[in-house]
Amino acid sequence: MFNRKFMEELFKPQELYSKKALRTVYERLAHASIMKLNQASMDKLYDLMTMAFKYQVLLCPRPKDVLLVTFNHLDTIKGFIRDSPTILQQVDETLRQLTEIYGGLSAGEFQLIRQTLLIFFQDLHIRVSMFLKDKVQNNNGRFVLPVSGPVPWGTEVPGLIRMFNNKGEEVKRIEFKHGGNYVPAPKEGSFELYGDRVLKLGTNMYSVNQPVETHVSGSSKNLASWTQESIAPNPLAKEELNFLARLMGGMEIKKPSGPEPGFRLNLFTTDEEEEQAALTRPEELSYEVINIQATQDQQRSEELARIMGEFEITEQPRLSTSKGDDLLAMMDEL
Amino acid sequence: MFRWERSIPLRGSAAALCNNLSVLQLPARNLTYFGVVHGPSAQLLSAAPEGVPLAQRQLHAKEGAGVSPPLITQVHWCVLPFRVLLVLTSHRGIQMYESNGYTMVYWHALDSGDASPGTWSGRVLVFDIPAKGPNIVLSEELAGHQMPITDIATEPAQGQDCVADMVTADDSGLLCVWRSGPEFTLLTRIPGFGVPCPSVQLWQGIIAAGYGNGQVHLYEATTGNLHVQINAHARAICALDLASEVGKLLSAGEDTFVHIWKLSRNPESGYIEVEHCHGECVADTQLCGARFCDSSGNSFAVTGYDLAEIRRFSSV
Repeated sequence: MFNRKFMEELFKPQELYSKKALRTVYERLAHASIMKLNQASMDKLYDLMTMAFKYQVLLCPRPKDVLLVTFNHLDTIKGFIRDSPTILQQVDETLRQLTEIYGGLSAGEFQLIRQTLLIFFQDLHIRVSMFLKDKVQNNNGRFVLPVSGPVPWGTEVPGLIRMFNNKGEEVKRIEFKHGGNYVPAPKEGSFELYGDRVLKLGTNMYSVNQPVETHVSGSSKNLASWTQESIAPNPLAKEELNFLARLMGGMEIKKPSGPEPGFRLNLFTTDEEEEQAALTRPEELSYEVINIQATQDQQRSEELARIMGEFEITEQPRLSTSKGDDLLAMMDEL
Repeated sequence: MFRWERSIPLRGSAAALCNNLSVLQLPARNLTYFGVVHGPSAQLLSAAPEGVPLAQRQLHAKEGAGVSPPLITQVHWCVLPFRVLLVLTSHRGIQMYESNGYTMVYWHALDSGDASPGTWSGRVLVFDIPAKGPNIVLSEELAGHQMPITDIATEPAQGQDCVADMVTADDSGLLCVWRSGPEFTLLTRIPGFGVPCPSVQLWQGIIAAGYGNGQVHLYEATTGNLHVQINAHARAICALDLASEVGKLLSAGEDTFVHIWKLSRNPESGYIEVEHCHGECVADTQLCGARFCDSSGNSFAVTGYDLAEIRRFSSV
């Protein structure tokens, strides 16, 4: 994913992706690994990603903090791939490019970026059980906007009026009741290659291991049965791949039973639930992945898809298990 | 002091833009018009006094070159001495309609060279508007800003007929004060300080400016001197409005709060003063527009990102 050609394509100045275009890119990205998801699980994963990202952009204290959120994402990824110097270098290179392109933008330009991102997420109110449980999202799917806590870096705590004379000297000071409960910002997050970002938005939601479900508003009656027993997998987590490698490394290599080798990821408890979810998912939330319009948008996502198709399997992280060779051999055959 | 009145439903939620609510009061017809930008469309609706919605329609920006439908950046009623025009702006151009939004009277395309992503030229376009009809002409382009213009405020110049004072604000926080005439003259420049100024108002020679760091500043228009600095909001300010009859200022921020302030001048020194009147929290709503609904400041309306209604408040 941090392949130089792919990143170059992403960094080109371009319009905001349509929802269909982004969904296509996301699906290709997820399937570029050995993982396979069917429609219902893919939809669920995409909903989760979208709402989590909406939360991060909406709650940014100041527009420039979207860059800190991005740095938090990349810092966490670096933690996962610590042992792979090639990929680590690619991620560092991405960090450098981000700093070069975005580091010097003005507050006004960041505000435009943030407002444009918010246009993409407008009217999405899918409820996520982790957000509901942590009380960052209301039952109507809208995020809680707290009126307490630290103000953004560069903002003063509201409540003070200062008046000046013609010479710029302060002549009067009044306080007023503003209604919130704010405190000053502790310090500014770092925009360097390494540093304390201060902001928690964009750090790993799963760092305390808990199940996460997404609730599509209204229709599904199976919500109550999706209890906390299943641990929702994060497909990009190295731990999952290691576990799989141990399982698969102990298997004899069999001929694949169906047309699709590899393994299939199901984000529901049973196959039946997955099918049921696919059937009861509201029409307006279904994503059509196949584009038939010949627009510039389509061309761009095709270009990306073509580049992703060229990803080499040997760039996958080497798994730290003695059976790893078997897994790699299997992946080479895919 | 204020109570929440019946909300007016919108067909589409409001987009996360600044100054995203325009209100036209028509007391003679017992009607109020509201205008809100949704994204590629702007919604216009009329309501009776108790907020009962009457009619709704949608306007879209003209397509022009390019593949995706243009996003509207602002919808605003301009009240001129002889007529009222509805202005719609997008990155492709400026459209002007009669006040009910039914007849387009003018379309000005912006050069595609100007619309590079995220940057505008900072030009202020001045149009000559006849009392009737579509004979609108671009008469002047004012150069004073390098960054995109965010807001414009005007008021009749004191003691002079047919002359107006105007303040323009931009993304860098710079404010320019102009006087109209056969040509516009730049009177004062007030530099920014690293944050955008999304909203500006002008009242009796007092400039009220709302900034991206949550502060409201009050300046003397003739000198450009800062006289009042208010730490008003904990997030960026998205809209300011004025009730001109009484000198009340409304500020709305992305911190979910609305505040009402009373502007005045010290009777001895003549210096600008301000007093906080009221604060209201619109829970869990990142506000994007706010307007008084009457010129005495007894009622106001707000819009918020993702909110598919106009929330109204009136004083008790």
